[in-house]
Amino acid sequence: MTTAAHPRPAGPSGDSVLSRLGWALADTWTITRRDLNHWALRPGTVALGWLFPVMIVLMFGSLFGGAISVPDGGEYFEFLMPGMFAMSVLFGLETTMTAVTTDAARGVTDRFRSMPMSSSAVVSGRCVADMLNSAAGLSIMVGAGLLLGWRWHGGPGSALAAVGLLLLLRFALLWVGIFAGLVARGPESVAAVQILVWPIGFLSNVFVDPGTMPGWLGAIAEWNPLSATASATRGLFGNPGFGGESWTAQHATLMAVVWPALLAAVFLPLSVRTFIKLGR
Amino acid sequence: MTATTAAISAEGVRKSYPKAPEGAGLNGFDLQVPAGSVRGLLGPNGAGKTTVLRILSTLLEPDAGRASVAGFDVRTQPRQVRRHIGLVGQYAAVDEILTGRQNLVMFGRLNHLPGAVAGRRAAELLERFSLSGSGGKPVGTYSGGMRRRLDLAASLIVAPPVLFVDEPTTGLDPSVRQEVWAAIHDLVESGTTVLLTTQYLEEADRLADHVSLLSAGRIVAEGTPDELKSAVGGDWIDVVLSGAADTETTAVVAARIARGEPRVDGPAHRVGVPVAERARALVELVTALNEAGVEPRDITVRRPTLEEAFLLLTGDGAGARGGTGTAGSTATRKVTA
Repeated sequence: MTTAAHPRPAGPSGDSVLSRLGWALADTWTITRRDLNHWALRPGTVALGWLFPVMIVLMFGSLFGGAISVPDGGEYFEFLMPGMFAMSVLFGLETTMTAVTTDAARGVTDRFRSMPMSSSAVVSGRCVADMLNSAAGLSIMVGAGLLLGWRWHGGPGSALAAVGLLLLLRFALLWVGIFAGLVARGPESVAAVQILVWPIGFLSNVFVDPGTMPGWLGAIAEWNPLSATASATRGLFGNPGFGGESWTAQHATLMAVVWPALLAAVFLPLSVRTFIKLGR
Repeated sequence: MTATTAAISAEGVRKSYPKAPEGAGLNGFDLQVPAGSVRGLLGPNGAGKTTVLRILSTLLEPDAGRASVAGFDVRTQPRQVRRHIGLVGQYAAVDEILTGRQNLVMFGRLNHLPGAVAGRRAAELLERFSLSGSGGKPVGTYSGGMRRRLDLAASLIVAPPVLFVDEPTTGLDPSVRQEVWAAIHDLVESGTTVLLTTQYLEEADRLADHVSLLSAGRIVAEGTPDELKSAVGGDWIDVVLSGAADTETTAVVAARIARGEPRVDGPAHRVGVPVAERARALVELVTALNEAGVEPRDITVRRPTLEEAFLLLTGDGAGARGGTGTAGSTATRKVTA
């Protein structure tokens, strides 16, 4: 082994902002590609993540579909699908958190941090990979919905807007997941979040009308960010939903933007700060 | 960086973990490692070895003191430091799902090698660490030794001028240990400065040209492995007595024969005696005890423990056994043969 054979590190020596930005993008892509390689090597795991919400749809559609009366007398799937889109977005929280916690526990995060790469890419690569994952998962959900008889009734513009709102919520939850993953003590914390996702999902208007819940519970359900996104997407897809008397129910589309913006505004800086503070 | 500059330099580095008072903090850590040398950082669990490596590799900020690697300050120039180091942590820090080759290519890209170069380098390293046959398999299927070798390969993608290795062979079976040692040896040949931590005297002996002993967050002794070995090479005679009076007498008698300070464990009525020549010392001790009218309950001869090596080398008497509190007053001792 001779010294001459060794490549020396290239790249940012802290010169121009532009070259640093260029490397940050290149590194982000490298980290993103790592996840794409994961998909290729473990297709089963990824497919399971995508198909799990479909299974929930089938379960609820077949088991409860007959028992729950849908507003406007519509099809249960017409009502259920937008809520399940939002629910599948919520499930993404665990995906993000698990990935972040695993990297930290295995020392991979530390290796990244000791390398001359852009440190923001560690986080932004995760961000891009998870957004791609969710976009693919949503596409599969839409396909499953169409097979089951769900349709959108607005134009393609409002359908795209609905998908946009769903991805916006995913983006916000991504930072919640990264933060939770960074402060997590280990796999037990991930299990706790996996359990917590269910009450958050059920305490919303995804499955039933908050108007049928006890007053205070209904209020929580209506103010749940998930409800705002579910209601807003129902509206944009032209699917039946519950009106609701509360202010948030009346302004679902606005809240479907405000909630994710608020979550991201809190958890994005919090995640970045926690990441930087790993060194203190 | 010139040849005369220390590749690694630390002065008065302090680090405490307020949330975990038991954590292995640093308490005025000093270290100078000349370029091109191999330094072993030897110490028991909890001495602060990993903390040292984490600070030098910019993963952790020191509370106080200065540290520089390859001429760059770890606190103010972390980016430059990262371009000059490789870090092999205690756990194989590689992606379990990816294949060995994909791992190396990824780390190559993150070192900003062009795609083709990263691929070529990955192939070279797989070959070098006898992983060519498994390069296409997911790391999750690798054995512990294979993972460790891949981990080492991942740290060498850009041949760092300075390499940190944290307990390279802990938990590895002997044959793998030999392989890892050989790999580190080769690297040193190519001029890399290596700082490695270990709990094993043997490992330090095998790899390092200088050893620094770390205890309670500071360096307590430094020297070549030979110097350290001859300093701690003697045996110990443990004498167990039946009462406090006998214990006291034994301590006095033993002090005449011992080549260092005998260690007295009062409550256990036990006296540990460091000796140079075990057979002669044993005869002398038994004779002396007999003359003093002391009837020991038990006498055993054994090799020194690492802890006793520290005590001998630091000259820090019985105090160090009870806690780390007294260590602060001891100056670093240069060990000479």
